[in-house]
Amino acid sequence: MRGRTAGRPVRAAWLIIVGLAAALFAAGCGSSSSSGSRNTDMAQSVGKTEGQLNLVAWAGYVSNPWKSQFEKETGCQVNVKVAGTSDEMVQLMRTGQYDGVSASGNASARLVDAGDVSPVNVNLVPNYKTIFPDLKDQPYNTFDGTHYGIPHGRGANLLMWNKDSVKPAPDSWDVMLDPKKAAQYKGKISVYDDPIYIADAAVYLKYHQPDLKIDNPYELDKTQFDAAVNLLKEQQPNVGEYWSDALKQISAFASGDDLVGTTWQYQYFALLDKGKPVASSPASQGFVPKEGATGWSDTWMISSQAAHPNCMYKWMNFIVSPQVNAEVAQYFGEAPAQSKSCDPNTLTAAAKAAGLPVNTKFCDQYHAANPDFWKQVYYWETPLADCGDSRGDTCMDYNDWVNAWTDIKG
Amino acid sequence: MEAADALASAPKRSVGRRLADLFHGRGWLQVGGLLSGPLAWLVIGYLGSLAVLLAAAFWNVSALTGEISQTFSLDNFKTLINDSVYRTIAWRTVRVAGLVTITDVILAFPIAFYMAKVASRKAQAALVVAVLMPLWSFYLVKVYAWRTMLSANGVINWALGPLDLHGPGYGITAVWLVMSYLWLPYMILPIFAGLERIPNSLLSASEDLGASPFTTFRRVILPLSFPAVVAGSIFTFSLTMGDYITPELVSNSQFIGNVVYDNITNNLPLASAFAVVPIIVMVIYLLIARRLGAFEHL
Repeated sequence: MRGRTAGRPVRAAWLIIVGLAAALFAAGCGSSSSSGSRNTDMAQSVGKTEGQLNLVAWAGYVSNPWKSQFEKETGCQVNVKVAGTSDEMVQLMRTGQYDGVSASGNASARLVDAGDVSPVNVNLVPNYKTIFPDLKDQPYNTFDGTHYGIPHGRGANLLMWNKDSVKPAPDSWDVMLDPKKAAQYKGKISVYDDPIYIADAAVYLKYHQPDLKIDNPYELDKTQFDAAVNLLKEQQPNVGEYWSDALKQISAFASGDDLVGTTWQYQYFALLDKGKPVASSPASQGFVPKEGATGWSDTWMISSQAAHPNCMYKWMNFIVSPQVNAEVAQYFGEAPAQSKSCDPNTLTAAAKAAGLPVNTKFCDQYHAANPDFWKQVYYWETPLADCGDSRGDTCMDYNDWVNAWTDIKG
Repeated sequence: MEAADALASAPKRSVGRRLADLFHGRGWLQVGGLLSGPLAWLVIGYLGSLAVLLAAAFWNVSALTGEISQTFSLDNFKTLINDSVYRTIAWRTVRVAGLVTITDVILAFPIAFYMAKVASRKAQAALVVAVLMPLWSFYLVKVYAWRTMLSANGVINWALGPLDLHGPGYGITAVWLVMSYLWLPYMILPIFAGLERIPNSLLSASEDLGASPFTTFRRVILPLSFPAVVAGSIFTFSLTMGDYITPELVSNSQFIGNVVYDNITNNLPLASAFAVVPIIVMVIYLLIARRLGAFEHL
């Protein structure tokens, strides 16, 4: 008797568990996916501000003093979510919780094609007129003639080395990618841990193996892609560390575990500040490795689900206003998008406002007004199956890049 | 007066009383009320997330936008089986998990034995605190400490320098070392508890009957503490299987967790499919553990 009465609730509980799990499973299967088509609703006017603004941005893009200045001027309280990678930015924007994003080129196309962002009416952004012309109408911010964002700034990824150990100073990525030269620094090479790094190998091959006929390092057909992947597989035994966490790379260079690698301005400046013997071939020294480099050109985009669109329009105009764009560019270490930011008086005022050393040659050093320089910098793009030329749909898409990256690291 | 009292207490009684009446004599309602909270947590939070994970393993992502398309296919599992790199990574993870477990058993057993059978009461308490101490500090601090120690100019190479030796540096050996360190308390504590349960009289009896210390260990202590060892090994094995931060910080090698982490933003379905692998491995491990009697003394 006792056994029967005790058994029933247990069996009932199991039935409930299994039933609920099945229901959840079905709910998971049945939940709707997003539309997957471009959004074409463009604002026609900027109305009253909503008092709030939620942004997804790279570290350093939304900082004081310009953040609080914006809040004071517009009454829009800014909440910023800092993201570490483009993939993270895409995921955050898909939540629909944010009004805008500072998207790099390897996020923007994905956001536009999935309908996550709306077109931007550039007539409502007065400061857009004086943005450098070579940043306008680019494939990462303009789609079929429609503007989807406001350019923010650009830069090149750096080759950094320990100047006590790496001699002579390298002028080429071969120090990392030529198997013979890289073997000198076996176990001391630092590589960016992201599938997009395959493009760095493609930039190298474009210069050293012209018979592969690589044009755009993000539009690689099977042969070109395999060559780049094989180069990186040869590099793998020489790699000391793959980094995606900037602090991890700083610690490896500071301790001398890594001697040469790809980096960003952020880590380079941080190591210089610590008095570490690092050198680099950055734009600020008028010098990228002879093959050129990968880089980024960022765009402020507005979410198609923005709850505070008026504040977002105010922000897009504010962040490319002459002094503010000069502040953020000098603070971050990148070339400004706003041509008026390069006026010496503006640069000086901006440096003082942001508490940085005055440098009236900033725009020259970062090649802000030098379109020829940027021809050798390949801004991050999302690799697509469509090669964008006569080869048609024969290129390797981003999933192939992600899988190959797992394969390279072994 | 009495009537007024009854009136005043009437509404107070009715709430609690009515609930009590409701539950009285209804066993299923009592059990249901007691268990509904934990059950909801278990089903929605735990089984629910597993169910969604398993469902996602059969989906695909659109290459263009990275969006998930919810159509059933076995492509992810085909990728995992056909691409040798995933087999290499799975095998590497299982191998290191096994190595860490064996290392921890070898290290933990003597410590636990000393704590349970040899040390005085005071020393025992001190040792338990000492074993638990590393668990008080933050996980990342410990891994970063090892990262600094294992560095080319770190303290390990400095100490080995005079002997003309070199530390392991970053790599799989480093992962094995760090994981063995991290999970050691999870092995010591179950073995300690298991050994404490063995009555001293059994050891005396074995000795009285002429067994050598080794025989006593082999025939008495080991069989009685074996379930505790298996229980501890479940911790060390599963914790090693699931970790991805240690491999990231002290090696260049990918473990299952790293691949899952790298794919979770780009290709959630593939990450889900790969996450099924440790589930399968752990189920097999637990089935073996059950056969060995590990759950009879939990």
